[in-house]
Amino acid sequence: MSRVEVDRMPQAEAVRPGSAIEGGRKVSPLWTFGLLRSELLTTFRRWRTLALLAVLAAVPILVGIAVKIETSDGGAAGPGGGGGGPAFISQITNNGLFLVFTALAATLPFFLPMAIGVIAGDAIAGEANAGTLRYLLVAPAGRSRLLLTKYATTMAFCLVATLVVALSALTVGALLFPLGDLTTISGTRISFAEGLGRALLIALVVAASLIGVAALGLFVSTLTNSGIAAMATTVGLLITVQILDQIPQLHALQPYFFSHYWLSFADLMRDPVYWDELVKNLGIQALYAAVFGSAAWARFTAKDVTA
Amino acid sequence: MAPYASDDSTTAGEVDDLRAGRRKAARYVVPVTVVGVAAATIGLVPAIADSGDPDLPEITAQQLIEKIGQSDVQQLSGTFKITTDLGLPDLGGLESSLASGAMASGSGDGSSADPSAKLTELASGTHTLRVALDGENKQKLSLLENASEYSLIHNGKDIWGYDSKSNEVFHGTAEEAQAGKDKQDKQDKQGKPEEVPATPKDLTEEALKAVDDTTSVTVDGTAQVAGRDAYRLLIKPKQSGTTVGAITVAVDAKTGMPLKFTLTPSSGGAAVIDAGFTQVSFAKPAASTFDFTPPKGAKVTEEGELEGEAPEHRGTKSEDEFRKELEKEFGGPKSEGELGKAAEGGPEVIGEGWNSVAVFDTGGEGVPSGAEVGGDMGGFLDSLGDKVTGKFGSGTVFKTRLINALITDDGKVYVGAVDKDALVKAADSAK
Repeated sequence: MSRVEVDRMPQAEAVRPGSAIEGGRKVSPLWTFGLLRSELLTTFRRWRTLALLAVLAAVPILVGIAVKIETSDGGAAGPGGGGGGPAFISQITNNGLFLVFTALAATLPFFLPMAIGVIAGDAIAGEANAGTLRYLLVAPAGRSRLLLTKYATTMAFCLVATLVVALSALTVGALLFPLGDLTTISGTRISFAEGLGRALLIALVVAASLIGVAALGLFVSTLTNSGIAAMATTVGLLITVQILDQIPQLHALQPYFFSHYWLSFADLMRDPVYWDELVKNLGIQALYAAVFGSAAWARFTAKDVTA
Repeated sequence: MAPYASDDSTTAGEVDDLRAGRRKAARYVVPVTVVGVAAATIGLVPAIADSGDPDLPEITAQQLIEKIGQSDVQQLSGTFKITTDLGLPDLGGLESSLASGAMASGSGDGSSADPSAKLTELASGTHTLRVALDGENKQKLSLLENASEYSLIHNGKDIWGYDSKSNEVFHGTAEEAQAGKDKQDKQDKQGKPEEVPATPKDLTEEALKAVDDTTSVTVDGTAQVAGRDAYRLLIKPKQSGTTVGAITVAVDAKTGMPLKFTLTPSSGGAAVIDAGFTQVSFAKPAASTFDFTPPKGAKVTEEGELEGEAPEHRGTKSEDEFRKELEKEFGGPKSEGELGKAAEGGPEVIGEGWNSVAVFDTGGEGVPSGAEVGGDMGGFLDSLGDKVTGKFGSGTVFKTRLINALITDDGKVYVGAVDKDALVKAADSAK
């Protein structure tokens, strides 16, 4: 972008970092929340977002109905009862709560991160694409704050998406299958209330597992002005990493892939809980958030905004 | 912004451009720094955390062995990792395909919760296990898998195997197990079904059985294992011809409990067996740990149901043989004789100490050639085989990094933790 263009955009100039306080006007700290609220409302009112959530909510319904039909003749779930399919699927018929875990295990590798990739990839590039980014920057919020707000919105979407899956699964599980005390995968029994608590904890861990993808998507989003390109790149990266994670020769690298410890959330169903991989997972997510968050910041605050 | 506001002279603009460019580039220092700090943390923290070997009073090897003998740990819970590298192709998949093949071709009654079907998976790769002990009547061993777990629980007279992945339960009783089939007949003194000596303590006991004049045992400094101070006991064969290079055992200084067991082959390279606690506690585990009731809807297989049927399945025989061999490999030196005895009713043992070679007579069956066994297993056997001839005739040597086996064409099997030449020599001397 040329100098001339920059000079023609005094509004965008005004919101370069460090100039958030313009002309001595104090910015109320609540402003950030105002911005966040407006971002959240914009994001969650989009048809695209609602459609994504609807797709996510449909997954547990489909799994639940499929298991119900397959076991209606008294047979065991999964191919030949031999333990195929997503984790926990063989226990669903005995306890509907397991549908929550199965649904999360089924959606975590692809559906959830894909939805996050769409939202995160769209965050900056989508605004640029629609030509609304410069108007956002007119507001005296500062680029860092706008970026932070975008990231917060994406993470809110992670949480909402995970909870949508969990609640949909819980509802379907309760309707189609019996509920009650459940057996942990270590063979011990816990009460239904404790099971619910663990389900909630698992949902939170799954949401936290998506932080890395969200940061990655946000960074990609600052690189381009095309929302579609950003989404496609993020989802493409996601698929590539998942494939690389399956190649045994890369085992030395795999612990550093954001998706490597995703399924460790199942360790919360052990008794006692096995924390090693859960902690590693959260550490990796924090690392990705720090690296790609700061990279996104470096890129976005130094970027010429033309659209 | 100031630099742009004064943008009316070209020269000034160029200077500003440069400055602005530098400032833009400077921002990327942040993510790069984050990556650097992360890399440094990942690289350095283990080095710092490894605070050196603890200072412990001097102790002789004899005292340390006595300490292990006197060790009377009744209550324990912990996590340990076992890594086995026998130099075999990935066994996990192969074994399970064999098992599923056997089950599919049979009546389909096999239970994935059957302990013997499960624990052979330990023979390759890295596995995380959990162990909990509370006195003689309560033990639990869990094999942690991806999003599932296999637990073997001994509580009073019940022995439960629970495979959470397939939601299948295996049930046996302690008495039955005592008299039961090949693997369950060996019970250690605690009454725990000894499937595979997988804990560092089991492995150490097996290794210490081999201590005689053919072996040098020394205390090789101290180490920290699972946050506890430990002595390192170094067991080395004095003989040549064995594939065992050295065995290192880290023994907890307080309780005398072996915490880590490492077996390195004489050929060098990575340890063949590396089993050690990553976390251990000598507090009493919660009583609920050992409670088990089969979950609703779980498929329960009683021990007796599997017996008698299994051997009739086509393909099961080779699998069984295979499994026995794996156990021998697990048992470490010397134990192959004992396990063999249990399995085959007393094999002949040639040689002494580390060079002992167990001989089985399979009754003229000969080498299960690849074509005969067929499928995955056949290709696998052929790839491992190595034709040899000697005074005894001819046969095939199957090699791993630790255990080698010579199967002669007349159906004799020589197995030992010795190299190929020693096997041939043993076969020759037996003629």
